[in-house]
Amino acid sequence: MAPVKGGAKERWVRRAPLLPALIFAIVVTQVPFLVTIYLSTLDWNALRPGDRPFVGVDNYVTVLTDTRLRSALLNTVLLTAGAVIFSMILGLALAVLLDRKFVGRSVVRTLLITPFLVMPIAAALLWKHAIYNPAYGLINGLFGGSTDWISSYPKAAVITTLVWQWTPFMMLILLAGLQSQSEEVLEAARVDGANAWQIFVRMTLPHLRQYLELGALLGSIYLVNTFDAVFSITQGGPGSATTNLPYEIYLTTFRKFEYGEASAAGVIVVILTIIVATFALRVISSLFRMEESR
Amino acid sequence: MTTLAAPAKRRLATSVWGVVAWVAGIIFVFPVIWMVLTSFKQEQDAASNPPTWVFTPTLDQYAAVFDRNITPFLLNSLMASVFSTLFVIVLATPAAYALSLRPVAKWTDVLFFFISTKMMPAVAALLPVYLLVKNLGMLDNVWTMVILYTSMNLPLAVWMMRSFLLEVPREVLEAGEVDGAGLLTSIRKIILPIVSPGLAATALICFIFAWNEFFLAVNLTATNAGTSPIFLVGFISSEGLFLARLCAAATLLSLPVLIAGWLAQNKLVRGLSMGAVK
Repeated sequence: MAPVKGGAKERWVRRAPLLPALIFAIVVTQVPFLVTIYLSTLDWNALRPGDRPFVGVDNYVTVLTDTRLRSALLNTVLLTAGAVIFSMILGLALAVLLDRKFVGRSVVRTLLITPFLVMPIAAALLWKHAIYNPAYGLINGLFGGSTDWISSYPKAAVITTLVWQWTPFMMLILLAGLQSQSEEVLEAARVDGANAWQIFVRMTLPHLRQYLELGALLGSIYLVNTFDAVFSITQGGPGSATTNLPYEIYLTTFRKFEYGEASAAGVIVVILTIIVATFALRVISSLFRMEESR
Repeated sequence: MTTLAAPAKRRLATSVWGVVAWVAGIIFVFPVIWMVLTSFKQEQDAASNPPTWVFTPTLDQYAAVFDRNITPFLLNSLMASVFSTLFVIVLATPAAYALSLRPVAKWTDVLFFFISTKMMPAVAALLPVYLLVKNLGMLDNVWTMVILYTSMNLPLAVWMMRSFLLEVPREVLEAGEVDGAGLLTSIRKIILPIVSPGLAATALICFIFAWNEFFLAVNLTATNAGTSPIFLVGFISSEGLFLARLCAAATLLSLPVLIAGWLAQNKLVRGLSMGAVK
């Protein structure tokens, strides 16, 4: 599907449908980021009137040496990795279950994707008040005890909620992977006497590798930005136990009004995201080549 | 004997795994069921320990939610989601066409540019967007949210629409051109019938993301343009028992997306993976 070479006019006719979307995307997403880079070089606290001197990389030094930021970085990694890994394992198990035929399979699939569709902020509030609450939450109500789940296990509380929401996403991607396996090849392996476990480990898992990678990376891209769950379940606490980068930057911007520092932290988040995204793009483009060669 | 036993054994295994799948499905959906059940309770039943299973359902909490003036928030959400989805489709469909059926030079680079904007965390652009919007006097304005949600969903829609457009058989398209069909005719007669389910799925997924968006809404809107998630958060500050009312509001606000998602579920995975997984 190589683009046809033509005259300048022909090229512009081809480009025309693309331009509105492209220009819109550049203006709305790239320009603010350039402004963020500029702001990150200023010493600017919105509560302090007067000038906003240029301070070069000072904000970056402050941000990188600030223990709050470092703990926010660590929390981001823990929350993201925890949520991705657990939702991946559960999603794989559920995808394997759904790959078989049984009565009501499509109903079960509908049930399983439902958590993903609940408004994230509603899901977070539901878990906080209806499930984790020490006095009348469902966990203590069913199993007894008076554990305050959120203050005792803040990270696990946030991760559990995220896993509940994101398992369906992983399941859908992995199910698509499972269903793209060639039935004849599996049947041939069965005829050759391979048992279900051998088939799963030797054939299904390698086949699923790309789908696992894709799920992990897309999941990470979305989950690195987790804000709703932290904002409403723990407010980043207790202390800063669950403060991740988005929440910390939100606090720096709208609670401390340190615009310069918040911008520097934002730029750092983008750099980290670019690192993760580079891997993501590689995975996506390999799937992409598969599609092209089909 | 063994020839008979093997299928029977396999059938048994199938039904056992079927039961396991059903149990898993019910466990996963249970918090949602609990939310809906709680929304029909009186507050004291909602906050009981042990949990109340048998109760007389009431619509009091839904009435209370409407009394607290949920309507403007619902309308704001509806406006932000519908208009942004509309804009996304109008921008993304021609762009996807120029990246698939009649590709421009360097179309892969353009595709990857779009997806890379999706990877940029919103938090990194929040401050300049906030300052710009503030200086333009557009804080707490629904149209600000429409523009931001359009840019948030645009990459997803371009990728999705591209993957649907690629399903249009080239031979049919070329045959149409040979027969002298103009661009508009081939769009109407050949392309649209094939991609319209994909178009609908793309629109539904964009709607879902816009409807559920919280981060930008909480930072850029207040009383005038507050969307549904903002209404939910405002609920918590109230005194006393509020669980049943919260569940009623959460159920009500999740309902449009639940319906949209159930309808689009066959295409959901493709949209969420930007068309990378069929």
